[in-house]
Amino acid sequence: MSAAQGTAERGPYPIGHDATEHREPHAEHAERGVVSKRIIVGYGFWIFLLSDIVMFSAFFATYAVLSDATAGGPSGKDLFHLNTVAIETACLLLSSFTCGVASIGARAHNDLMYYGAMAVTAIFGAGFLSLEIHEFAGMVAIGAGPSRSAFLSAFFTLVGCHGLHVTLGLMWLLTMMAQVFAKGYRADILRRVLCFSLFWHTLDIIWIAIFTVVYLMGAAQ
Amino acid sequence: MLGKLTWAAIPFDQPIPLFAGAIVGVILLAILIYIALKGWIPYLWREWITSVDHKRIGVMYIFLAGVMLLRGFSDAIMMRSQQALAFHSEGYLPPDHYDQIFSAHGTLMIFFVAMPFVIGLMNVVVPLQLGVRDVAFPTLNSVSFWLTATGALLVNVSLVVGEFARTGWLPFPPLSELRYSPGVGVDYYLWSLQISGVGTLLTGVNFVTTILKIHAPGMTYMRMPVFCWTALAANLLIVAAFPILTATLAMLILDRYLGFHFFTNDAGGNLMIFMNLIWAWGHPEVYILILPAFGVFSEVVSTFSRKPLFGYRSMVIATMAICIIAFMVWLHHFFTMGAGADVNAVFGIASMIIAVPTGVKIYNWLFTMYGGRIVYATPMLWSIGFMITFIIGGMTGVLFAVPPADFLLHNSLFLVAHFHNVIIGGVLFGAFAGYTFWFPKAFGFRLHEGLGKAAFWCWFIGFYLAFVPLYVLGLLGMTRRMQHYDVPAWHPWTLVAFVGAVAILVGIIFQIAQLVVSFRHREELRDLTGDPWDGRSLEWSTASPPPAFNFAVLPNVEGGDAYWTIKQRVLEQQTLAAEPEYEDIEVPRNSATGFICAFFATFMGFALIWYIWWLVAVGFVGAFVTFVAFAWRDRTEDVIPADEVARIDRINRSARSAALAQMQPAE
Repeated sequence: MSAAQGTAERGPYPIGHDATEHREPHAEHAERGVVSKRIIVGYGFWIFLLSDIVMFSAFFATYAVLSDATAGGPSGKDLFHLNTVAIETACLLLSSFTCGVASIGARAHNDLMYYGAMAVTAIFGAGFLSLEIHEFAGMVAIGAGPSRSAFLSAFFTLVGCHGLHVTLGLMWLLTMMAQVFAKGYRADILRRVLCFSLFWHTLDIIWIAIFTVVYLMGAAQ
Repeated sequence: MLGKLTWAAIPFDQPIPLFAGAIVGVILLAILIYIALKGWIPYLWREWITSVDHKRIGVMYIFLAGVMLLRGFSDAIMMRSQQALAFHSEGYLPPDHYDQIFSAHGTLMIFFVAMPFVIGLMNVVVPLQLGVRDVAFPTLNSVSFWLTATGALLVNVSLVVGEFARTGWLPFPPLSELRYSPGVGVDYYLWSLQISGVGTLLTGVNFVTTILKIHAPGMTYMRMPVFCWTALAANLLIVAAFPILTATLAMLILDRYLGFHFFTNDAGGNLMIFMNLIWAWGHPEVYILILPAFGVFSEVVSTFSRKPLFGYRSMVIATMAICIIAFMVWLHHFFTMGAGADVNAVFGIASMIIAVPTGVKIYNWLFTMYGGRIVYATPMLWSIGFMITFIIGGMTGVLFAVPPADFLLHNSLFLVAHFHNVIIGGVLFGAFAGYTFWFPKAFGFRLHEGLGKAAFWCWFIGFYLAFVPLYVLGLLGMTRRMQHYDVPAWHPWTLVAFVGAVAILVGIIFQIAQLVVSFRHREELRDLTGDPWDGRSLEWSTASPPPAFNFAVLPNVEGGDAYWTIKQRVLEQQTLAAEPEYEDIEVPRNSATGFICAFFATFMGFALIWYIWWLVAVGFVGAFVTFVAFAWRDRTEDVIPADEVARIDRINRSARSAALAQMQPAE
């Protein structure tokens, strides 16, 4: 029975950052076993993010199958503007950096750093979204909307699903700014900031895959 | 204003659904008025609807499953009677209605009976077996339940407002596309499952986190009861498989609502993507259902054989092996759709391989019984009935894994017989075994044994009468989903199958009677000590029903069969362990978040089905505001003071001391 060591025996351990530093007063309380709430929340949210990635992988698989099914309509090569996509990518990557700055600010209880970096993150995110909406609107305007062909259905769904995530992320971001403003840097709110930043970084990972599989490979065909 | 919704949506011309809907409506209204007159609404609101206690949520899940079982069974007996009558005749169900019935039957039984039943059992039992006070995210757990209830509600609303899908329990395109299914039936299906699917996914996240991260001191992974392991495997499968379902149904929704071309016949659409994706979810789904049932049998067989489970490690390995291989066999659901001989051979072999860990489990249960002093209580009867039945179902499954045989048998009643053989004989028998086994833990009194045994025998015999004829009919060439036929050789068998369905009906009546009789005789059936079956795992170490905090102090686990070890020590020393030092305990506060969210989700789902766009917006904003309001709470926990903990625990300790005085240590 000693071969497998339960988590409970190992006690709290950090995920990514130093988790012990900000442990709540009741973290050792028997209420939740031995593992701190921060670990449990972060771990649970990771599991959720993995499920989200599985959902995206279904859309990726569909896109891969349908990427040649243009039904006589335009293909990726005709439609994609890599310059715009490069700016979108830059927006998202920079917003991930500022999101990281914001979580450092939250942990340091530094208002300027937290609100400033969150606001910049929101601006970059909104910039990304407006570029994407502009791209979509341009495609629909020339008759290359999602109902034109199976390829375009898959394209709009995959990229649009990511865009939808960014939109929900922006709503969450503003909510988190309001929460810290109203409640201060409380332990449960810091846990939510942690989850938000995990979410935002995951959107980056998915975007890298979209950038490669959809845009680079599409434009190169 | 009301989108597509008009008076034409109410099927005034179809007496059966209208009549059934009216009766159900009247009964519901009568129950609601009775509850209101009795003044029970505040109690229900406080103790159940807003409860975030895993035990209460589990009970509500199982209650939902029971109610939906009645609805799903009504569909079943209608189909059996239709086929018994429809020889050289039209029967009494028009094809249009018959198609809705078999679609609703499958959808309800899988998503709103089997799923809530196993999730309910996991809710009641897993935290208790781990020796902890709740799941990782109690409020999320309540949200999960109420979203599942929303899905079930929407499916049943379709009975009287509009129609249900006519496309089978999985809506294969292109039949399910707007061109061939222009009504709202498929939309009811899609939105019910999307909403309840979110609930199921959140359950998966919750339980994976709970089982991997929250344990009593000393409860290492390899000391967890097998039910916890199978629950872990099932929830890992939920996390990995349900997002695929969400994505697949989302694509069908986009096809239907916005004219996309994922699965259409034109503009490059490809329906094989739907087949692959839906079964990449669908095959793991059957293991999501059966693995927890395997866990129940492991607990029951070990308890009633008075022996530790034989081959615990091999049981764990087999469970996790099934968890992985479950994702490698999906193509066997459509061998006939042109993947080619090589691909079919690979998936055929993979499908046969998955029978191996299942066989390991069967042998483990048999060896656990071997040499044991077996008590034939009702849960044990369900378990033995399962072993016999499931082996037959498993063998016909291996037969289907052979592609040439599958070409002959696919889409026939032989297939219908096979999957009912494993789902009724496996999942449902397991659910009933778990229900009888853990009922005293949840409610503090046992279920009546005699009526339970009567129910078992009716179900067991009824099952064979209802489904062995379907094997024969399949071999005689009768396809599934047939509304009428004119082959004389089939008719006797459909009559026998109908008799089987009636026998199962009698079994269900016995089960309802058992519940009523047990409730009325609850004082005689009272479980005073909290350990009615001489159990082995930690749920039996606390009172029945357990207090809100489950354990006054978290148990210290020193080995497998954690409670058995503690109990043997107590029996040797002839005295309970010294009274612990009680401390204040924090329990999560009640929250209406789940209920209110589901309230808005119901309207949102209904509005999406009927194209009532303003109501969709209202529903979405309402749900979002609910979440933000929940996040704004300042107090998230209530404290139960140490005195109160001590008072509650001492009641159970004195009952156990009294029982101890009458017992001798086991050999």
